[in-house]
Amino acid sequence: MLFVPVTLCMVVVVATIKSVSFYTEKNGQQLIYTPFTEDTDTVGERLLNSVLNTIIMISVIVVMTIFLVVLYKYRCYKFIHGWLILSSLMMLFWFSFMYLGEVFKTYNLAMDYPTVAMIIWNFGVVGMICIHWKGPLQLQQAYLIAISALMALVFIKYLPEWSAWVILGAISVYDLVAVLCPKGPLRMLVETAQERNEPIFPALIYSSAMIWMVGMANPARHAEPTNQDTGTFCLISAYNPLALTMLRGVKLGLGDFIFYSVLVGKAAATGGDWNTTLACFVAILIGLCLTLLLLAIFKKALPALPISITFGLVFYFSTDNLVRPFMDNLAAHQFYI
Amino acid sequence: MTAAVFFGCAFIAFGPAFSLFIFTIAKDPLRVIILIAGAFFWLVSLLLSSLVWFIATKATNAQDLTLQKNLLIFGSIFSVILQEVFRFAYYRLLRKANEGLAAISEEDGPPLSVREMAYVAGLGFGIMSGAFSMINTLSDSLGPGTVGMFGDSQYYFITSALMTLALTMLHTFWGVVFFEGCERKRWWVIAVVLCVHLMVFSLSLLNPFYVASILPVYAIMLLMAVWAFFSSGGSLHNITLLWTCRKSNAETSS
Repeated sequence: MLFVPVTLCMVVVVATIKSVSFYTEKNGQQLIYTPFTEDTDTVGERLLNSVLNTIIMISVIVVMTIFLVVLYKYRCYKFIHGWLILSSLMMLFWFSFMYLGEVFKTYNLAMDYPTVAMIIWNFGVVGMICIHWKGPLQLQQAYLIAISALMALVFIKYLPEWSAWVILGAISVYDLVAVLCPKGPLRMLVETAQERNEPIFPALIYSSAMIWMVGMANPARHAEPTNQDTGTFCLISAYNPLALTMLRGVKLGLGDFIFYSVLVGKAAATGGDWNTTLACFVAILIGLCLTLLLLAIFKKALPALPISITFGLVFYFSTDNLVRPFMDNLAAHQFYI
Repeated sequence: MTAAVFFGCAFIAFGPAFSLFIFTIAKDPLRVIILIAGAFFWLVSLLLSSLVWFIATKATNAQDLTLQKNLLIFGSIFSVILQEVFRFAYYRLLRKANEGLAAISEEDGPPLSVREMAYVAGLGFGIMSGAFSMINTLSDSLGPGTVGMFGDSQYYFITSALMTLALTMLHTFWGVVFFEGCERKRWWVIAVVLCVHLMVFSLSLLNPFYVASILPVYAIMLLMAVWAFFSSGGSLHNITLLWTCRKSNAETSS
C-alpha cells in the first residue's frame, strides 16, 4: 500500500530528470546550506568540502527540528501553521511555476502568461485547500506526491554531486538517532503528540529553504473502515521519517518520499544507466518492506530512512561499478543469463 | 531506431509479464511484496556474480579479447548457478515467513499457498532478469543510430526482445517447478532446473545465429510450461473443463 505512492513519486522524479535537462544542469549555483564548492583541484579537497557541506546541512536540519519541537512543546500552534502555510505557498506556486516553465522549454511549447497564471493559480489554490483543509483523499495524496517530487528535484539540482551522497548517508544516521534515542527531537515530538492525544503530527514542518510539506488526511477517515487498497495513507511531517500504524493505514513522512526520490533521481541523473536506477528502486522498496515489517513487530514509531537509504546507496555504487560493465558486455554479445 | 521499434520491442519483452502482474499480482499487497523480494534476491545474486567477474577481469590482461570473452562466459555460468542458489534461499525464506504469517494471522492456515508463492517468486525473478537485460537496449532504441553497422545483425532489437520474453517466462516456470520440487523433497528437480538454465544460457552463446538460439529456447520454454502446468496441479481434466466452461466439483487451487 505504501508502494504505490512511493513508486509514483520516484517515477515522476525519474521521468523529469530524464526528459527535462534543467534539473541536471549545474550552473554553479548552490544552496546556502552547502557553501563549499566541489570544483576543486584534488580529490581530497573535494571530499573534505562535501563532508563540510554535509555537516552544515545536517546542523541546519538539527537546529530546525529542535526549534520545531520547542515550538510544539510550548504550543505555538499559530506560528507553526503560519510557517507551514508559507512553505506550501512557495512549493505550490513558485516551484511548480518553475517546473512548468522548464517542461514547456524542453518540449518547445509556446505558452502565454495569462494561461500559465490561470493554471498555476488553480493548481496552487486547490493544493492549499486539499493539504491544509479538506479535500478528497486521493487528490490530497496526489498533491503531497507532487510536492515531494518537486522538492526532490530541487535537491537534485542544487546539491553538488558528492555532497548529495554524503548528505543522504548522514541524514539516515540522524534519522535513526532522532527517532530512537530517548532524547531525540523526533521521538519527543511523537511522545508529546501522544500525551496530548492529538492527531499525530498535526502539520509539523521543517522549513529551511521553505520546503517540506506536511499535511494530514481528514482525521475522520481513520475511523471509517477503509479499503485495504486505498489505505489510510497519511503523510506527516516532512523531514521526519516516521512510520506509524494506525488502524489499517500506515503513515510515512514526506521527508522519506523526498529522500527516496533524491536517491533514485541522482541514480538516474548520473550515468544514464537504467539498470542502476532500477536497482536503487528495488532496494528502496525492499528497505521499506523491512521497515514496515519491523513496524509490525515493534509497534512504535520507527525511522523509515536508514534501511532503505543504506540499501539504496549500497546498490547504487555496486550496480554502477560492478553490474553495469557486466550487463553491458552481456548485452553486446547477446548472452542471456 | 524509431518509436515503432521501441514500443514493439517493449511490448514483446514485457507485455506478458506486465499483464500477469496486473491481473494476478497487483491487487494483493502480499503478492506484490513477494514479487519485489524475489526481484531483490535475483539482484543480489547478480551483484555477487558481477563482483566475481569484475575481480577476474581486473586481475587479467584487458587487451586479450578471447580471454575476456571466456571470462565473461565463466562469469555468466557462475551467475546462473548463483541465481539458482538464491532461488533456493528464497524458497527457504518464504517457507519460514509463511509459517510466521500463518501463526499471527486470524484466518486458518497460511495466507498464501506454496504454489502461489512459487509463481510470484518465479515471476519476480523473471521480471527483474528481463528488465536488466532489456531496459538499456530499449532506451538506446529510441535514440539515433544504425543497427548492425559493423556487420552485426540487423535484427538485434527484436531478437533481444524475444529472448527477454523467453527468459522471463522461463524464470516463472522454473520458479513453479523448483518450489514444487523442494516441497516434495525431489532434489533432482533442482538439478534439472539448473541444467536447463545452463542449457538456455549456452544456447544464447550461439547468438547472432538466431535460428539456432531462439527456436530451441522457445521449444524449451514450451516444455517447461507444460512441466510447470502439471507440476502445479494441472491436468488434462482441468483443461477440458476450461474449454467446455464447466465448473468442477472440487475447487482446485492453482
